[in-house]
Amino acid sequence: MNDSLGHIFIDSLLINNFVLCVFLGMCSFIGLSQKFSTAWRMGVSVMFVITVRGVLSYGARQLMMSLHVEYLRIIVYIIIIASTVQLTEMFIKKTSPALFRELGVYLPLITTNCAVLAVPLFQDSRGYNLIQSTVFAIAASGGYCLALMLLSLIRERTYLSDVPSLAKGTALTLILAAILSMTFMGFAGMGTGS
Amino acid sequence: MSDNAPSCHSSGPAPAADNPFLNGLWKQNPVFVQVLGMCPTLAITNSVRNAIAMGLATTFVLTGSNCMISVVRKLVPKQVRIATFIAIIATMVTVVDYLVKAISIPVYKALGAYIPLIVANCIILERAEAYAARKPVWKSTMDGLGMGLGFAFALSCLGTVREVLGAGTWLGIPLFGPNFEPWVLFLLPPGGFISLALWLLTFATWRDRKAKREIAKAKAQEEKMHEEQLAVHA
Repeated sequence: MNDSLGHIFIDSLLINNFVLCVFLGMCSFIGLSQKFSTAWRMGVSVMFVITVRGVLSYGARQLMMSLHVEYLRIIVYIIIIASTVQLTEMFIKKTSPALFRELGVYLPLITTNCAVLAVPLFQDSRGYNLIQSTVFAIAASGGYCLALMLLSLIRERTYLSDVPSLAKGTALTLILAAILSMTFMGFAGMGTGS
Repeated sequence: MSDNAPSCHSSGPAPAADNPFLNGLWKQNPVFVQVLGMCPTLAITNSVRNAIAMGLATTFVLTGSNCMISVVRKLVPKQVRIATFIAIIATMVTVVDYLVKAISIPVYKALGAYIPLIVANCIILERAEAYAARKPVWKSTMDGLGMGLGFAFALSCLGTVREVLGAGTWLGIPLFGPNFEPWVLFLLPPGGFISLALWLLTFATWRDRKAKREIAKAKAQEEKMHEEQLAVHA
């Protein structure tokens, strides 16, 4: 497998987009994409959490390997996530109370956002080093942010359109997501030619 | 169309609302009604076998964590409850992780990173917070079992649609002749979104009809009572 930094970046940002192709972070993807303003803020906070914990979990991984306690990895990772989320929450509360109110219940829910937990697991299974891990974390969370913003922009337009009342809500969102996902399939094969 | 599609209509609504097992299995089905736990629902359902394996793994975690959380619910201070719940869930998931590895390596490889990701499945934390933290042990365990099996059921519904259309097989058994051209899109990510949307639409239609029937029934009853009252007055 090609492990150059550029390839990792393009691969996890577009080709294997975390939301649309690997199905991670679906709950917030569907729940928070009603408004563009909320969507991009959520995307940026998730990016922040993922990047910080991507680096932290690399350190934790090295520590666990040296102590031979790899079987604790799920517990250790989830605790790191919980504390990073707590940190982000405090940071946002201090810097922007308005944003804090807007994100509301979804901020603690980053803890159970699978995208956040999946980043270190994928780092492990692919054996990335520190720089690769960081690039991967930024690209993967950037992909999440991108998909969330795209979907929210489309959903804002569907408010004015006339859809059958049964399809309103989750079903419509899923069909929109399917179309987006098909679009992202077009990126497959990018970066493999070189 | 599929082998277990008819069964989801024949099972009907749960008769007793306060029965936690049936409540999770049908009335409050985590996928079709509450729309929770989307990631494994979409990612793992490209074959029925994987869907069932994932469903059972989640059931195990959900039952175990609900039971344990209910046991310790009075000992845990309110401020640290989420952290405690997460630690309990993570322990259960570690058990499942090694259990699946011990039982079947091919299944373990197929499920890949999604087994550790059960920790981040919103259903489990939601049930812990909404049910197990308040109710006695036996009820919580039944609730976990019902929710888990409801989840497994929903996953196999989705897996059926995707495998039958996408590969022409069900549980690996070929259903159509050799001339069947598989609709590969259903095995790819967009197929997951589309088939879940279709299931949700099916259930929405079904619920809508039921609600309309009930309204009609209530109206008829009201009219009847009205007439009786008139008759009494006359």
